[in-house]
Amino acid sequence: MENFKKLTKKPLFLPIFCLILVLLINLIKSPDFFAIKISNGVLFGRVIDILNRGSEIAILAVGQTLVVAVSAGTDISVGSVMSLSACSCCMLLAGYGNTNVSALVMPIAVGMIAGVLMGGVCGAFNGALVSKLKIQPMVATLILFTAARAIGLLLCNNQITYIRVEEYKYLGNFIPGCPIPTPVFVAIAVILVVAIFLRKTALGLYIQSVGINSRAARISGINSDVICFICYVICGLCAGIAGIVASSRIYSADSNNIGLNYELDAILAVALGGNSLGGGKFNLAGSIIGAYTIQAITTTLLAMGVSTDVAPVFKAIIVIIIVVVQAPVFKAYMAARKAQKAHVKEAA
Amino acid sequence: MDENLLITMRDISKSFPGVRALSHAQFTLRKGEIHALMGENGAGKSTLIKVLTGVYSLDAGEIHVAGFDGPVVNHSTLEAQEKGIATVYQEVNLCPNLTVAENLFIGREPKTKIGTIDWREMNKRAKDIMDGLDIKIDVTIALENYSLAIQQMIAIARAVDMDCKVLILDEPTSSLDDNEVEKLFKVMRDLKAKGVGIIFVTHFLEQVYAVCDTITVLRNGEFAGEYTVEEMPRVKLVAAMLGKDFDDLASIKKEGAGHVSDEVVIDAKNLSHKGKIKPFDFQIRKGEVVGVTGLLGSGRSEMVRCIYGADRAQSGTLQVKGKTVNIKEPIDAIKAGMGYLPDDRKADGCIGDLSVRENIILALQARNGLFKKIPAAKQNEIADKFIDMLQIKTASRETPINQLSGGNQQKVILARWLCTHPDFLILDEPTRGIDIGTKTEFQKLALKFAEEEGMSIVFISSEIEEMLRTCTRMYVMRDGAQVGEISGEMTQETVMAAIAGGGE
Repeated sequence: MENFKKLTKKPLFLPIFCLILVLLINLIKSPDFFAIKISNGVLFGRVIDILNRGSEIAILAVGQTLVVAVSAGTDISVGSVMSLSACSCCMLLAGYGNTNVSALVMPIAVGMIAGVLMGGVCGAFNGALVSKLKIQPMVATLILFTAARAIGLLLCNNQITYIRVEEYKYLGNFIPGCPIPTPVFVAIAVILVVAIFLRKTALGLYIQSVGINSRAARISGINSDVICFICYVICGLCAGIAGIVASSRIYSADSNNIGLNYELDAILAVALGGNSLGGGKFNLAGSIIGAYTIQAITTTLLAMGVSTDVAPVFKAIIVIIIVVVQAPVFKAYMAARKAQKAHVKEAA
Repeated sequence: MDENLLITMRDISKSFPGVRALSHAQFTLRKGEIHALMGENGAGKSTLIKVLTGVYSLDAGEIHVAGFDGPVVNHSTLEAQEKGIATVYQEVNLCPNLTVAENLFIGREPKTKIGTIDWREMNKRAKDIMDGLDIKIDVTIALENYSLAIQQMIAIARAVDMDCKVLILDEPTSSLDDNEVEKLFKVMRDLKAKGVGIIFVTHFLEQVYAVCDTITVLRNGEFAGEYTVEEMPRVKLVAAMLGKDFDDLASIKKEGAGHVSDEVVIDAKNLSHKGKIKPFDFQIRKGEVVGVTGLLGSGRSEMVRCIYGADRAQSGTLQVKGKTVNIKEPIDAIKAGMGYLPDDRKADGCIGDLSVRENIILALQARNGLFKKIPAAKQNEIADKFIDMLQIKTASRETPINQLSGGNQQKVILARWLCTHPDFLILDEPTRGIDIGTKTEFQKLALKFAEEEGMSIVFISSEIEEMLRTCTRMYVMRDGAQVGEISGEMTQETVMAAIAGGGE
């Protein structure tokens, strides 16, 4: 019991507990939820599906975590930036004005990297507004939230641009001969790169310092503006990568649908991970678990036959419960109640 | 319960992970009494107050409040307020972006007949309250336009106006000047006459003797005794707080300026920052301890902030060890070998949620740069070294700094600068709001580092006594400008005359 109590105090306890709870419900409702089978040389199954689809949210959550920590605000443009990155990539590969190509005008890698960099540019724009001009993060990123999708549409000449080249599909689907979906690897790569960077440099300490008290951080010799800017650029790059994965998945640039409402999932993932949206201390692992939890909820609802239109209602209810349980106010209330009960017992 | 008693706290114990903050402490407050709560940093004063006001829950013990049967448990400050216990904290807890009147009436605004806020009535009543305290200010503009001292008075006015039976003042005077302190004392005496019980937490012994009736001393979380002011001369009080004979302050005395070399470390000419500090010159030699004196808001902090680059200098030149440097941001100053312990510990010093270790290594890490992370083992070593050297009272090096008491937080910030081995260290009000034992320690440390390591130190303090003990020379500030310099034989009187403007 003592050990269990200690366990519950760990920062990752609740995020993991939530994920397990969601999976457990699935196990009871439909035991075949965890079934994995191989067909055509690749893995199939609900769990694989969650890992596959949740990867984009996980990638976004990585960037979003840093932005929330450093600026106590959220980047709501990531969904739109995904779409813009996808459009930039496809436009470059197909050539401006072409909407359906089977031959590319430049190497795939160049187009993809350009798409990711476009995400970085968007991040830099957001970062400049927030760090230099001190605009509220939500207002600053609202600009690209509305504009980026439209710019993408302009780049693609108001059309959905299809890239009918087999290699373009690899990133968002499967690489021949590998049974595991590629987005999983992309997510792992992004998480590893950022995690190692945070571990090997002092960036994590800087971000938390700026997020908790930027004035004191500045007096201590940290350039708060630059740190804030860097976080937004990283967030933009993550959105770019997620956008390319999403585009590769449907081998096209569908400006109106890629990354639609993903910013909300990314922000939720951060909150579910036990991170305070008020900035400061952060936990990257929590956000990533949060991202997959959200995907698990989505997949579960669909598996239970809830229609895609109604699913958000149930998702909202589940999210409310999880967030309330994690809220410090609620925890304090429960602790106080427990203490009171103990008191009453003692008195009796 | 005795008619006269307002509050009785018995056998109060409270532990935090790894630290026993209170152990069988007790406290009694009677009607119409001003009761000083004294003790060193970490003696448990703040914890006792917070247990009483419901910020912390208590582990053991009982609290009785007049008018309530049986033991009382407050779960929040709001519950405590409803029982007539109002608190004013050391750090101002008001909303800087709201007007003075809004701050005074927040949560209990006067309403019109249709239920909207009656602004006219609110502003009028706010003005009456402030007039009653003899503070002439515009109550309709935002609080942030006023000095910390005025803000503190407003916080007190708010508590006083709420019809409390018990008023807790947690170090309210650390940011007030003598005049304002006198105003506060008048308010306290008026309340006392009305039968309000006042708990007064302070580090200033003079103030205890000026206004209090009774003294309770805490030591290491335990009750050390309750005394009336008459039976307790100062020396005995200090001895009770320290639990040993008073380390005579007279033993700290500068050993002349024997160790000061001729090498000029900092040479500033004509530095200024528009609207904050008019052009000034500043010079300090290796191993020298220099004071900056003046009233609150006279430009003491502004001057050193301008040298350090916290407010970027807009004119003039700055030479460090004979080389001209261009300081745009604090990081440039740190690289030039400077350190700055800011006067506002909460806003400019502590990174609240981070651990003692992270707070200590922060400036060193910033100087090393983003990519040269200090290895974990080295971080631990540095943190342990300074926790040991400065005797920082903390459960462990991983404890968040905001769980430490004020004086210990200040030591952590001092450690942050000491570990960068600065040539030039600015200590801006290092002893504000900390107990007399630690104050003495800080003064000794300043002298020690100047002498043994040849550090050049600027020591700023509102207490002239302190600077007389440490500094060989003082710059005098008035109304945002440097007006002179005094050295040689300095006494309380000559310094005060210089500050007031008659004695140059």
